[in-house]
Amino acid sequence: MSLASWFAVRRELSPNKRKLLGIGSFLLPLIFWCAVSYVPFIWHPMVLISNPGAVDYFQTDMLVDKDVFKDELANMQAANKAAPQGVPANPIYLPAPHAVAKALYTGFTHAPEQRDGMWLHESLWHSIQIIFWGFLISSLIGVPLGILCGTYTAISRLFEPFIEFFRYLPAPAFGALAVAILGIYDGPKIAIIVIGTLFQQILIIANTTRKLDYSLLEAALTLGTSKFKLLIHVIIPGILPELYRDQRILLGWAWTYLIVAELIGTSSGITWFITQQARYQHFDNVYAAIIIIGIIGLGGDLLLAALSKTLFPWDRSANKE
Amino acid sequence: MDVNLDINVVSKNNIASKLEASKTEVSYLAQTEAVKSRFDRLKAREVILEVKGLGKVYKTAKGEVTALKGINFKTHRREFICVIGPSGCGKSTLIRILAGLETHSSGDVLLDGKPVTGPGRDRGMVFQGYTLFPWLSVKKNVMFGLEMNDIGSNEAAREADLWLELVGLEKFASAYPHELSGGMKQRVAIARALVNQPRILLMDEPFGALDAQSRAKMQAHLLEIWRNIDITILFITHDLDEAIFLADRILVLKAHPGEVQELIEVPVSRPRNASQFNSPEFLATKARLEALIHPPAPVVEEGINDEAVTPRMIRFVNVEDNVE
Repeated sequence: MSLASWFAVRRELSPNKRKLLGIGSFLLPLIFWCAVSYVPFIWHPMVLISNPGAVDYFQTDMLVDKDVFKDELANMQAANKAAPQGVPANPIYLPAPHAVAKALYTGFTHAPEQRDGMWLHESLWHSIQIIFWGFLISSLIGVPLGILCGTYTAISRLFEPFIEFFRYLPAPAFGALAVAILGIYDGPKIAIIVIGTLFQQILIIANTTRKLDYSLLEAALTLGTSKFKLLIHVIIPGILPELYRDQRILLGWAWTYLIVAELIGTSSGITWFITQQARYQHFDNVYAAIIIIGIIGLGGDLLLAALSKTLFPWDRSANKE
Repeated sequence: MDVNLDINVVSKNNIASKLEASKTEVSYLAQTEAVKSRFDRLKAREVILEVKGLGKVYKTAKGEVTALKGINFKTHRREFICVIGPSGCGKSTLIRILAGLETHSSGDVLLDGKPVTGPGRDRGMVFQGYTLFPWLSVKKNVMFGLEMNDIGSNEAAREADLWLELVGLEKFASAYPHELSGGMKQRVAIARALVNQPRILLMDEPFGALDAQSRAKMQAHLLEIWRNIDITILFITHDLDEAIFLADRILVLKAHPGEVQELIEVPVSRPRNASQFNSPEFLATKARLEALIHPPAPVVEEGINDEAVTPRMIRFVNVEDNVE
């Protein structure tokens, strides 16, 4: 395994190498996190007090700044009083990997500490429902309109200029308006996801439709296909694999709007879980929730990618390897 | 007896001398009796496609550009006509107008006497690029035209099987287009066009993207199909050999504007085979086409053209390091 075989310009790697690099891609940040967490001389700007000594405001298990600790240690030593003891530690907002792993596990096995608290999976399920409805409503409008815009220039000229304008308006800016119209529960949250996704969706799908090889349409015309049948029998099947890929990317965008959407009205779902846990300084739970979002997002996408191979056996870009 | 024998000898000598002469100065206009009577029979058949005074003017930012001007010709039933011309002569525009994919500015295109207004199943087309529908199997591709014209899927499937067998691809009926070679794709495209039973098959440089070997195979295969089916073929090419090998008549266009230069009746006898590529009639026709398409004096045009680019060769190697 020479170095050159790893760095051939724009050449595919062997399956083993790809697997190795794929694992490495996750291992690398994990190793970095472990190093910062477990190696005492890397970072660790705080000190965890194990014995307050004679410092009156120190308490056991208290986190203080390294400088403060040093000063007090010097003071106590100068005054010949009992010296405080402690170990280097990271700030509360950076829990160690094992703490987060434990939180991830207990999030599913132990009831929440707060009485009104939600289980992690309950919050997640609520969030997934918001995404589902937001993305479904957006797609029900965006996919047909996008295809029509890509097919008929008149429709494209009528809709696209306004959509181009609207897509620059940040979706969260409509938060207050959405609450006023749709109330404080799930309505405005779904609306924000729709606003965040729909306008991009129309433009992207219109563009995908336009990229369909025009000669396929001409071939269909010379075979006696009527102009109306073209849409159903040539354009839609022709763009289907690309459309599916677009939808996968757009679903990822919908997820990015989730946190903002859930802050609108009454905070709910995974966002509520995160803010609640952060308020009580359970940062291990916060990290666990964030990681879970990533796992669901990536897992869902991998699943959809695998599904596309069976859905579109003719699509070469999905089947290469 | 003796006398007779003498006559025989004399006539043999005559033929020999005639052959000698024909090798050197046979004209592309000279036709043997067999070829001539074929053309007489061909012209006696009804006219399928008639093009009268066809013109096409494009409006561009720089003004109007005449792509085609005053094109007149007729094709008879079961005729094989090739269209040839230098690049920019508008041969692709012509076939696209015939297919109804582009509008014309003046003149008429008549199919069976009725004017052509748009694309339709009475004119099948095979494109240079591969235009099979990638999401349909080979068989479904062939069935496409029938299903679009409301023919039941059972009958369509039966017809498709028949035509796939004709192009020799019945084994690949369930394959997807991306699994086929270029030649096989064009066979499917031919089957897909013919299954609709068009009056005329329009072919726009269909073998242009193929390698020399598959191209020769496809040419022979196309002639085989044409011989066995009631179909008129209009075939565009820029390959002189291909045009002469395939065509009954060759419509030679010239560029800027695209006009008919000559309608050549190919004097090469049928059935055609590869050995005829070196026959005197073939070579004479080719010489004539070459003279028409690549005139000896280059035409000076405005703007940049290929003739304006003249390489100036400099020797980069040692004088003794010769390769020839």
